[in-house]
This record gives sequence, structure tokens and C-alpha cells, in this order.
Amino acid sequence: MTAAWAITKREIRTYFNSPVAYIVATVYMILVGFFFFTGLFMEKQAEMRGYFGLTPIFFCFIVPAITMRLLAEEKGSGTLELLITMPVRDWEVVVGKFLAAFGLIVAIVAATGVYALTVASVGDLDKGPAFAGYVSLTLMGGAYAAIGVMASAFTRNQIVAFILAFGISFGLFIFGSIVQVMPEALQPLVAFLAIGEHLQSMARGVIDTRDVLYYLSIIAVCLVVATVTLESRKWR
Amino acid sequence: MSEVMIHVENLTKDYGSFRAVNGVTFDVHKGEVLGFLGPNGAGKSTTMKMLTCFLAPTGGKATVAGHDVFDESLEVRKRIGYLPEDTPIYKDMTVREFLTFVADVRGMEHNLRDRRIKEIGGRCGLSNVAGKLVGELSKGFRQRVGLAQAMLHDPDILILDEPTSGLDPNQIVEIRDLIKEVGKEKTVILSTHILPEVKATCTRIVIISGGKLVADGTPDELLSRELGARYRVVVEPNGVARGAIRERLAALKGVSRCLESDGENGEHVFKIDATTKDDLRKPLFTAAVDNKWALLELTREAASLEDVFRNVTTGDVTTEK
Repeated sequence: MTAAWAITKREIRTYFNSPVAYIVATVYMILVGFFFFTGLFMEKQAEMRGYFGLTPIFFCFIVPAITMRLLAEEKGSGTLELLITMPVRDWEVVVGKFLAAFGLIVAIVAATGVYALTVASVGDLDKGPAFAGYVSLTLMGGAYAAIGVMASAFTRNQIVAFILAFGISFGLFIFGSIVQVMPEALQPLVAFLAIGEHLQSMARGVIDTRDVLYYLSIIAVCLVVATVTLESRKWR
Repeated sequence: MSEVMIHVENLTKDYGSFRAVNGVTFDVHKGEVLGFLGPNGAGKSTTMKMLTCFLAPTGGKATVAGHDVFDESLEVRKRIGYLPEDTPIYKDMTVREFLTFVADVRGMEHNLRDRRIKEIGGRCGLSNVAGKLVGELSKGFRQRVGLAQAMLHDPDILILDEPTSGLDPNQIVEIRDLIKEVGKEKTVILSTHILPEVKATCTRIVIISGGKLVADGTPDELLSRELGARYRVVVEPNGVARGAIRERLAALKGVSRCLESDGENGEHVFKIDATTKDDLRKPLFTAAVDNKWALLELTREAASLEDVFRNVTTGDVTTEK
């Protein structure tokens, strides 16, 4: 894991040395904050559900922007060859990259804690659901990050990596809206796959193992696929 | 013969239907600096990528420091330092940050890491640029960073893909000396296009062409294996027809080809290719005396590495081991 951690540290430094982290975080906080507080003042309900409801679609844009360069850039510039001819396992590279993106997302999610503080200062915020929501949001961020890392492993072109990650996460997001139009037999499956639904159910204040497992499985599957994709250069 | 550090046996690599490396076999011993030569696209980089475990061989096998590159890739990678072609380095890091990162990925202990960075940085002439971004460095300095990165963990084996490409003559000499020095205790494979460099740095040469090994030996061995030489003969015209002289020269034993041309002052100039290793200067001189030609010049050019290279890679002469 030392190698993975070295990679994570390098990536995090790269994020904060370049404008990417600041721009993504600022744009996200301003836009989401605007929509959230507009809705909040109309509903006059001191709760965070409105914020959590907005995140699945916004993550479809901001997370791919964070993850797109992780592996695609290394493939494009040839530094991947330098990196993986060092004694590091392919999964360590993938996990290192994932942790960096996840770290940045956690930082951004933590920064939106000011929304909760603001709401709590003007009304009576139910802290349980709010806390569960933030935990769940962090997990969902991990799922999006894993999807982004996987997309970035597929290509050497960052734009392609962005579009792929956006496509996959938007697909999982849209499942939530199309449940009703699906044949009845498929409805439970589609509802289960929808990425935002699990967040919503946790934001009600109940941390359900199934919801946690859903996000963890997405993370696991995507990171495994990304590792296999890196290893595919060695297939005979 | 000392310990075998790299053993390559029947190594083959296919890219789809294209066979980039075709049954290459060679050994590299401890303390050798092996020059890996070949025309562009001959399979040099592909072979190096297999030795460094970046690509898996399609067929055959390779062991580095006693470990198989496919089955024990991690062990191999611990023991090698690799400079990939075009020196890919993270441009957004300073030289010191980059070397620290490499050391951390390799799991070097912090005290050792800092000491080695200082030591190698000094040896590669990087002390003055340690705080500079890699992206802002000139090609020569970036190359040195690449070399420093490869030597940081003091590996037994160095694999360098075109270590001197893009350097100015002074830098080439510096890097060459560095490699020579390292080669005394370590094992080095380097690929290059610059033939004089091979003669200056390498103790052994392997030439591949079209994915196949076409020559393997010390520079002297390869030169001695190369048959023939070139001669230049200049004769004063004195009324003798040039064509007649040419015919006489071409008829000499061992001459494969004789080209005629006019010299600057109207003298007859002949360029002779010989296929024999025997010195033809004497027969040429005797021919001149016998025919009463006024010989102005007679030079022999021994075969050079360029000749060896051209012959084995264009298929004029087949060099079998």
C-alpha cells in the first residue's frame, strides 16, 4: 500500500497545484447552493433533503471532471510506462488514483457542511437525517469516483474519459426517473440500480445495509474493471 | 564468464498480426554494457518493454536477475532501473518532488531516500535545478532526471531506451561517461542509433532487424566478422583510358565492384569494394607498377560499425552465429 499511498499523495498535490480542484469546488458550491437555498426558502422546511436530491445529477458533471485525467493522462503522455515498470501492482495504481479523487470529493462534500450549518442556524435542523445524508453522499461520491477512474482507464483521451464517465453515471442516475415506465417485472431491479435512490433513502435518516452495499459494490466492480483494463496490456 | 543477469530466449511479441519481435535470444552478463541496435521499428523498444515487464511476451521467455519477467514481474521490477523512450516524466512536479515520488513508490526508507536523491542528483548534475519544474527543463536536463530516476534505488540492472537522444555533444559525453562508470559494477542495456556511441560505451553489441537478431558480439568481433574493405585508388591520366584501368582493377582477385569517376584535377579516381579480408593494397600497387600507371593515391578503409550495421540490417550479408 505504500506505493498506492505515494500515488494518492501525488495526485492530491496535483489537484491542489492546478486550478481544477478550486474551480470544480467553487462552481459546485455556488450552483448547488443556489438551487438548494432557493428551494429551501420556498418550502420553508429546515431540512437537507433538497440538497441531497440535487447531488446525483451534479455529481454526473463534476466527478468526471475530477477523474478524467487520472489514468488517461498517464496513458497519453507515456508516464504510465514509467509508473508501472516500478515495483507497484496494477491495483495499487488504481486504488491510489481512486483515493485521490475520493479525497477531493470528500473535501468538497465536507465544505458543503456550511449548508447544514446555515440551515441549522435559521431553523430547527433534524441532525440525524442530515448526518446520515452526508455519510451517504460521501459513499455515493466514492461510487462516482470509481466510475470515473474506470472510464479513465479505458482511454488515453481525457475528453473521452469524461464523456464515458458522464454517460455511465448519468445512466445510473436516470434509472431513478424511468422506474415507472419500465415493465413491472423489471421495476425493482431498475429502482435498485438507480444511484440517487439509495442516497434519498439514507437521507431519511435510516442507514440501510443494502444502500451501503450498493455503493460499495459499485466501487469494487469499477475498481476491479479498471485494474483488469490496466492489466490487459499484458494479455497474451 | 561472469553471472548471467539477463537471459532472453526465443522472445516473441505480436501486435495483432504484426510480429514485432521474432524469436530473439541473447544473454547479458554482469558488468556488461550492451548496445542494443537496430533500425527504427526493429523491435528494440518492444524488447525493452518486455524486459521491464510493461508488455508480456507472446512467446519465449526472459529472465532478469534470475526472475521471469511474466511470472515474477514484481521481483524483476525491484531490481531494474528503466528509462523509457522519450523520457516520460510528470511535468507538473519539481525535480526533487519527482525523485521523492519515485523513491516513495519504490518504498524507500526516508533517510536513504533523501541521501540517494542528493547523491544521484549530484552525479547527474541536477543539484542546481532540483527546485525547478520538470516541464520547464531543457531536453538534456529532463534526460538526466530520467537517468537519475532509473538509478535512484541503486539497481543491479539498468535498461535505457535511447538515453542520449536529443542531447548536445557535451551532454552526450557526460551521459556516456556516467553510463560507462555505472557499467563497471552494474549491467546496462542501452538502445541507440548513434554508432560511434556504441563503440565508445558498449562492451557488447546486439543488432536486431525486422524483429530478428542479426548480430551479437563485441564491437571487435563484429568488425572482424565483417568481410572486406573499401579502397580508393587515384591514378594520373597520362593518356591511359579510364575504362581500361577500371577493367584491369575489376579483374583483380577479391574485388567485387569498382566505380570510376573524375577527380578534381582530371585524375582518374576509382572506388573499389572488396569481399576478401586480405589486404588488397599490394595487388593494387603491383597492378599499377606492371601497367606503368602513375599511382597518386592508394587508401584502404577498414570496415566500420556503420558497414556492419548496414550490412546486417539490409540483408546484403547474412551474419549467422
